[in-house]
Amino acid sequence: MEKLLEQFSLGLFVWQLVLFIGLLLLLRKFAWKPILNAVEKREEGIKGALEAAEAAKKEMQNVTADSEKLLKEARAERDALLKEAREIKESIISEAKEHAQVEGDKMIKQAQATIEAEKKAAVADIKAQVANLSLEIAEKVIKEELSNKDKQLKLVDDMLGNIKLN
Amino acid sequence: MHQFFRTHSCSDMRYSILSKILVTVFVLFTGIVSAQSHEGEEVETGAHDLKTEIKEYIDHHLLDSHDFSLFSYTTDEGEHKYIGFPLPVILWDNGLKIFSSSQLKHGEGVAEVDGNYYALYHNKIYKTDAEGTIKFGAQHDEDTHSEDAFGENLVVEDAHPSNERPLDFSITKNVVFIALVGLLMFLMFRSVASNYKKSNMPKGLGRGLEPLVMFVRDEIAIPNIGEHKYKKYMSYLLTVFFFVWIINLLGLTPLGVNVTNNIAVTFALALITYFITTFSGNKNYWKHIFWMPGVPVPMKIILAPIELLGTFIKPFSLMIRLYANITAGHVVLMSIIGLMFIFKNWIGSPLSFVLAFTLSLLELLVAALQAYIFTMLSALYFGMATEEDHH
Repeated sequence: MEKLLEQFSLGLFVWQLVLFIGLLLLLRKFAWKPILNAVEKREEGIKGALEAAEAAKKEMQNVTADSEKLLKEARAERDALLKEAREIKESIISEAKEHAQVEGDKMIKQAQATIEAEKKAAVADIKAQVANLSLEIAEKVIKEELSNKDKQLKLVDDMLGNIKLN
Repeated sequence: MHQFFRTHSCSDMRYSILSKILVTVFVLFTGIVSAQSHEGEEVETGAHDLKTEIKEYIDHHLLDSHDFSLFSYTTDEGEHKYIGFPLPVILWDNGLKIFSSSQLKHGEGVAEVDGNYYALYHNKIYKTDAEGTIKFGAQHDEDTHSEDAFGENLVVEDAHPSNERPLDFSITKNVVFIALVGLLMFLMFRSVASNYKKSNMPKGLGRGLEPLVMFVRDEIAIPNIGEHKYKKYMSYLLTVFFFVWIINLLGLTPLGVNVTNNIAVTFALALITYFITTFSGNKNYWKHIFWMPGVPVPMKIILAPIELLGTFIKPFSLMIRLYANITAGHVVLMSIIGLMFIFKNWIGSPLSFVLAFTLSLLELLVAALQAYIFTMLSALYFGMATEEDHH
């Protein structure tokens, strides 16, 4: 310790202090501040670029996800549409079938009714004609009878032979 | 913090291993020497002179000097010749006295300024009379007499001159080197800084220096001080890191300058760390010193002086650590180199060359490590001073 104190040189101490502080101030102004600022600026730039790249990547992912979602939605919609169309088609067909059935039945019924009516009319007509004919025959027979008995009888026979009930 | 202790203990371990090797080698060599010394008296005295000379040379090398000499040699007439140039001597002795160190003639001459005489004695300037007489204090008179028989060198070893010492603000070799390193750093880092004006990417010198600047910021400042407050300490941390490192590295060059093994230099650096720590200390920091929270009142009273002392011990340890590491490195390295001249045989010299080479490599590591540790601990103290209350 004593040797250290003896070695201590006040002059060197003062010079070192003065020169070092001078160097410190000079370097701070002309070197450290510009260097550290430049490096910091560069680091910030790099950081910003990285962040931007990351954001772009995320956006890209979002876009892809979005388009995929859209595609999926479109597909689902198409499927739904197709399904609906099929359903509609089926319902239309079945409805038409039903309708046709009903209509056909109705027509058949109508036709049957018409036939029945016609038949009834025809029978009635025949009945009337038969009645008329009968009456005419009877008239003629009666007229003949009135003239010739044999002949009348023959006539009735003839006439009866001519009439064929159809 | 963790990392620091690891690296530090690691270097300690290396030192201890190395010192074991050194001791072994030394014991081996002393055996050889003692074997030689039995052969004749002439060899004994010759080796003694050489050893003394080497010891003096190392001591001289470790000290600051008033002139810039790159190397010196002794002529056949025993005259010391120095290759280098003189530096200005600036003294404060009832007024400013400035003269060239060439007048002191490396301790062999007396400089005369305004009727005052100054002489150099053991690298320190004393006020003397016209003949340059160095007077010694009364308490050393006995020593002087008793050791006279062994020669002048041993006498002056312990003696303290009683001559008046003027305040010495000379531009010494170390001051020149501090200024040179400062200039070098300024030019280097200004050119790096100006490069950033053109482009955001480092170029040339900046490619090598930017990672180091980033290292100080990311590994030293931010972990110890914190993300939000580190910025205002960056200038000091960077300056002290590069200053200590570069000046340590220059100390390893054959120029033979040692700046960081002067206690005055490390004291100045530690003092700046102390002042920055003290002035940036917040309420929380002072509360932990004077009125430690979370302990009983008697403990608070006991802890206050201990903590207060701690604030001085921390920078003090910085000062001693840097000084001691660099000094020890140089002493060991120069001793091994000195061995080469003592053992002039074919085993000793190559071996000490290999040892010196290995140790130089280690010193390269120590140069960077000490700069790192100094900066790291300074950052740690700043971090402690600005830490916010967590309780």
